[in-house]
Amino acid sequence: MNAVRGWTPITKADNIPLREGRAVLVGDAEIAIFHLEGRYLTIENKCPHKGGPLCDGIVSGTKVVCPLHGQRFDLETGMPVLASQPGCVAIFPTRVDDGVVFVDLGGACKAGEEAAA
Amino acid sequence: MTTQTMKQQLVVVGNGMAGVACVEQILKQPHNFEITIFGDETHANYNRILLSLVLAGEKSPEEIVINDIEWYQTHDIRARLGVKIVGIDRERRVVIDEDGGETEYDKLILATGSSAFIPPIPGVDKKNVHVFRTLDDTRALLEQARPGLKTAVIGGGLLGLEAARGLQVRGCDVTVVHLMDTLMERQLDSTGGEYLKRKIESLGIRVMLPQQTAALFGNGRVDGLRFASGEEMEAELVVIAAGIRPNAELARRAGLEVRRGIVVDDYMATSDPHIFAVGECTEHRGQTFGLVAPLFDQGRVLASAITGNTGQAFTGASPAAKLKIMGVDIFSAGSIDESEPGVEAVTYEDPALGTYKKLLLKDNRLHGMILVGDIEDEHLYMEWMRSGTDLTPHRRQILFPPRDADPGREVADMPDSETICGCNGVRKGDIIQAIHARGITTLAGLKESTRASTSCGSCTGLCEKLLRAVTPDFQEETRTTLCACVPFSYEQLRDIIRGQKLKSVEEVLNVYGNRKGCEVCKPALSYMLDMVWCGEHEEDRSARFINDRVHANIQKDGTFSVVPRMRGGVTTPDELRRIADVADKYKVPMVKVTGSQRIDLLGIKKADLPKVWAELGMPSGQAYTKGVRMVKTCVGTEFCRFGVQDSTRAGIELERRLENLFTPHKFKMGVVGCPRNCAEATVKDLGMVGQEGSWQVVVGGAAGKSVRKADLLITVETTDQAMETCDLFFQYYRENANYLERSYDFVERLGIEKIRKETVYATDADKKKLLDRLARSKALAKDAWLERETPVHATQFVQIQPMEVQRT
Repeated sequence: MNAVRGWTPITKADNIPLREGRAVLVGDAEIAIFHLEGRYLTIENKCPHKGGPLCDGIVSGTKVVCPLHGQRFDLETGMPVLASQPGCVAIFPTRVDDGVVFVDLGGACKAGEEAAA
Repeated sequence: MTTQTMKQQLVVVGNGMAGVACVEQILKQPHNFEITIFGDETHANYNRILLSLVLAGEKSPEEIVINDIEWYQTHDIRARLGVKIVGIDRERRVVIDEDGGETEYDKLILATGSSAFIPPIPGVDKKNVHVFRTLDDTRALLEQARPGLKTAVIGGGLLGLEAARGLQVRGCDVTVVHLMDTLMERQLDSTGGEYLKRKIESLGIRVMLPQQTAALFGNGRVDGLRFASGEEMEAELVVIAAGIRPNAELARRAGLEVRRGIVVDDYMATSDPHIFAVGECTEHRGQTFGLVAPLFDQGRVLASAITGNTGQAFTGASPAAKLKIMGVDIFSAGSIDESEPGVEAVTYEDPALGTYKKLLLKDNRLHGMILVGDIEDEHLYMEWMRSGTDLTPHRRQILFPPRDADPGREVADMPDSETICGCNGVRKGDIIQAIHARGITTLAGLKESTRASTSCGSCTGLCEKLLRAVTPDFQEETRTTLCACVPFSYEQLRDIIRGQKLKSVEEVLNVYGNRKGCEVCKPALSYMLDMVWCGEHEEDRSARFINDRVHANIQKDGTFSVVPRMRGGVTTPDELRRIADVADKYKVPMVKVTGSQRIDLLGIKKADLPKVWAELGMPSGQAYTKGVRMVKTCVGTEFCRFGVQDSTRAGIELERRLENLFTPHKFKMGVVGCPRNCAEATVKDLGMVGQEGSWQVVVGGAAGKSVRKADLLITVETTDQAMETCDLFFQYYRENANYLERSYDFVERLGIEKIRKETVYATDADKKKLLDRLARSKALAKDAWLERETPVHATQFVQIQPMEVQRT
């Protein structure tokens, strides 16, 4: 498997407009990076409901709303907002260094799981 | 000369609300007065309690004028504005002005009002320290207010909070500093105060309490506040709102009985039988006044007494106060002192909803109340309190009194003398009289003729109930709240956006909403801003659905569909060839003829959109958005044996006129050349149906989830007239429909007759306004697909590639 691990420089922070998300395919993982006032959060770019591209969703506070059927996820925890929604999405530790967004792709965690060591 | 023919001189000192309201009452009675009003402010009489709305930009200074100069002229009242009275000679019955001028009186009314109380804090005389009491104070604050200005408001009472909100709406960075440990402590208990504090903080205003200001420091200009605790706070503007004091000095010097205010009896007479007093300068049975409702009552009593029609006495007023901050509902009335013997409290609270209710009962009668977050039942409670209703039968449901059963009951329970609109002093009886005298059927009509509900708007619900109860054919104006993030009706939001000059979704959400917004309100606000400012708003793509970020329709697999504009459903071999080439080159999985006489290319990747558009060389068909979709046409006179109008050409022209504009919901049109209706114009949002020598313009049709035959708007003779009619309806729908309200719901909600009145039958001036706004919007509307050349953001369409991939 072509897995990518550790802090990986992804793209210039400027490439992600405020309160929007952008998808990036890194190895075989498609991630969605969001820009919220001064911070960047990354989740897997696939809605567990019907696979919708979460990067294209409208951001509401720290939540994103899937553009296909309105499922909502918390960008900080990956948790669905409603208990009735199917599943959660993986989240990835994200930081910005010198104007570049770094994502720790090995650090994916799903809600309720500990981050990989 | 007999006394009947000789006019008596009535002099009123004070041109504020109480004095002038009293004069208005005197004018309604038979009287024999020549009236002179002195006012030390140079303005005509204005509604002081609405100054906070002027500060917040919800009203202009002109809008709060109650009596303009013409009113004084019409009633032969001498208005001496900007003239200050400095003395009263009771022996000679004259008042003396600043310049030594004397004016004789037979009767004198003192309506000198009150002044801001300035606490004895060192430094209050520095520059940039203001009070908030008059129109001039308000103007001075407005001159200073600017985004980011560090502002401290000293005083967390009604006025302080309203001033704080007004300045914050202007962009100032506001902190409220309050001496007590509860905001509005005279009206609220500590729990109510805590709910209020949370709400105020959620609006973005800092609250410091209990915090005693020890000094204002700065060299000439104020630089900040020093507190008794020793802490300091920076401030470039300080507003003092620490309460009011009756202006009783003039009366005191004249030797009238004065305690805190000018002492008056139950008929508003002072200790001198020729001199009366009314309003905030008075003290009645030990009580002074700072809220408007009792002042109107005093004015009525005095008007009767002074004209010799002595009737009802003034027996005092139980305090009632309402905060005028949009979105913060606070009402308090009566005694809120729970420790009084025999008083029991019934309370309810829901922290998540921000609702807190407390009713204080004494002998099973309502004695006082605090309502936070839900003030629906305010009038019923006030009526219970006023009438001393025995609440034993209501005890089980006292916090949530049942409604519905008899919706007219609440207003039926009110006496005619009950004040409905406290801001403008309009009573139930006045409203009923106006409804009958002028045949009023709408809230708008009522507002226009009585001024009720035109000020703070808190009596709107009650006015509607009254209208419903009294008017035979009441027309409801429906209002729906947009969403929990920004809990206002569409109508209010349009007013807010216009009034506060808000230009972006973020501004609206930050000031009037929860600072987050969601997928429901953000696109709605985007639309409203675009419509209100005719395209001159600040477009924020993050507030729009993905379709409007990339100008294509997202499909279930995350790809997009592309529908180029094909005006009137007419195309050319060249266009078809290009479409075919694009379909081949990008391996488009499906090419589909749509129901709108266009061609849909399905399954395009986001990154390919700009290239696809360029190669098609056709404009966007807006098939992905709440906007102008298409005009479907038949072949009309061009080829058809039956056609009587050139529907194809008219359809293409109509599409050109309206394309690239946004609408509350998708907007489909059709033009047919004869009543056979082959292009189904009568089930479109807007249709033109050709007839021999004329066009029928039809609106509000549908053939989707609902099927509805369009209503005839009007029949016109020429194609030009038909086009203009289409423009009128189109813009009217854009401006008045709620977001996501299709034209068929809109037409049913308003009724076709009202729509006719306000479009095709409107005055030429009103029609021109609609058409001008449409033209302004149209001038800025662009083919969205041109963003292929000038994207709004570098990665609008681009698929981001990772910088470097570290392999394991």
